[in-house]
Amino acid sequence: MMNPRLIIFFAVLGATLATGAFLSAAQNASQGTIQASNNHNKPSRTTHADSSQEGDRVFAEHCARCHNAPEGFSPRIAGTITRHMRVRANLSPEEERAILRFFNP
Amino acid sequence: MSLLGLGGRAPAQDTPLLSGGVAFVTNTTGGNATYIPLIQPLAVVPLGNHFLVESRAGLLELFTPTSSGYEHSHFTALTYLQGDYIASPHLTVVGGSFLLPFGTYNERLTPVWIGNFQDESLAEPIGQMGTGVGLGGQVRGSLLSSARSSFSYAAWFSARSDNLQFNSERSSGGRAIAYFPGQRLELGASYGRLLQESHENFVGMHLWWQTKDAGFRVRSEAMRGEHAYGYWFEADYRPICEGGGPVSFVRRFEPLLRMQQTFRIDNAASDGVPAQNTQRVDFGLDCNLPHNARILSSYSRQFSSAGDVNIWETGIVYRFLLPAWKGR
Repeated sequence: MMNPRLIIFFAVLGATLATGAFLSAAQNASQGTIQASNNHNKPSRTTHADSSQEGDRVFAEHCARCHNAPEGFSPRIAGTITRHMRVRANLSPEEERAILRFFNP
Repeated sequence: MSLLGLGGRAPAQDTPLLSGGVAFVTNTTGGNATYIPLIQPLAVVPLGNHFLVESRAGLLELFTPTSSGYEHSHFTALTYLQGDYIASPHLTVVGGSFLLPFGTYNERLTPVWIGNFQDESLAEPIGQMGTGVGLGGQVRGSLLSSARSSFSYAAWFSARSDNLQFNSERSSGGRAIAYFPGQRLELGASYGRLLQESHENFVGMHLWWQTKDAGFRVRSEAMRGEHAYGYWFEADYRPICEGGGPVSFVRRFEPLLRMQQTFRIDNAASDGVPAQNTQRVDFGLDCNLPHNARILSSYSRQFSSAGDVNIWETGIVYRFLLPAWKGR
């Protein structure tokens, strides 16, 4: 007979993952609609936008895994922050440059 | 995600920075309330294009209840002080006193301005060699990074030190992490070996996953030593990162759930893990206020043969991040 607390644990774990999957699916569906709409209005993108999007992606993938973004900081320390994060988050040089461009486009 | 306000349009510079968190937290365990004002400053100083010196410290005052009121004591400690040399795109050499890269919690979630819960997981001491800090050298870096996957590594060797500010055990170990951006999935494994006295081995594994944009994260970790083993998993929903406009009141709240268990193999070592098999569930609600402030709150129920207990925690944290020197 399985321990009742273990049953509760797996039930909570299952519910948590199901909630995540639901939120992910809902977000993807809504994002698909927004992207379709944006593509209709803006068929082409500039290089600057691509660069910013790349930094946005790298930030979301590598920095937001651990912490929320600070609300703002001086551009004087943008280079220091990215170098610190390169060491702490084991970023590649390309990822470091993408985040730096994202901080200071 | 929009990060309006970050950086700016002025040229990026490598000015030394001063960051950290100031917090006031309370913990009520079994009806006994403890109050802790604390500050964790972090300094980062780049030297040239390849060197970086970084350090974090902790200063706190602990107010604990006694039969006749409250007594207080204070602690001031250097958490780490390390020098980093970026030798190549795939190799960074670290020297000095550093946080052990075993598991995820010690390096990534211990800053007071980052952690969702005030206290660490019950199983966290496993693999941290007593202090969580090594004194010696470390190599780390990104092995491979592409749009589909990235792999990173860290390996350390630490000498024994009884110095009050650089207390460490003789140990070695490492960690490898694979990350898959498409799935937002991170998998990692850690190994550590205590190289003195009982010569113990520690292993750990972790799995982190987050939805692509919804801000839902699941983080989990399991570790095993020769006297105890355990795991924790934490889920949080953080819906404030999208848009770019003003964040609504409701979207500032971040609900949290954490479950954890520890198991004793024997009680031969006082390793910081509970002396009895323990289960605990934590429910939290954090509020991300404007100007880098956060309110943390949680309720926990802990079950063990030593007695079940309720734990209430509240706290307010302010994060600062500013240049420590004038720019060019």
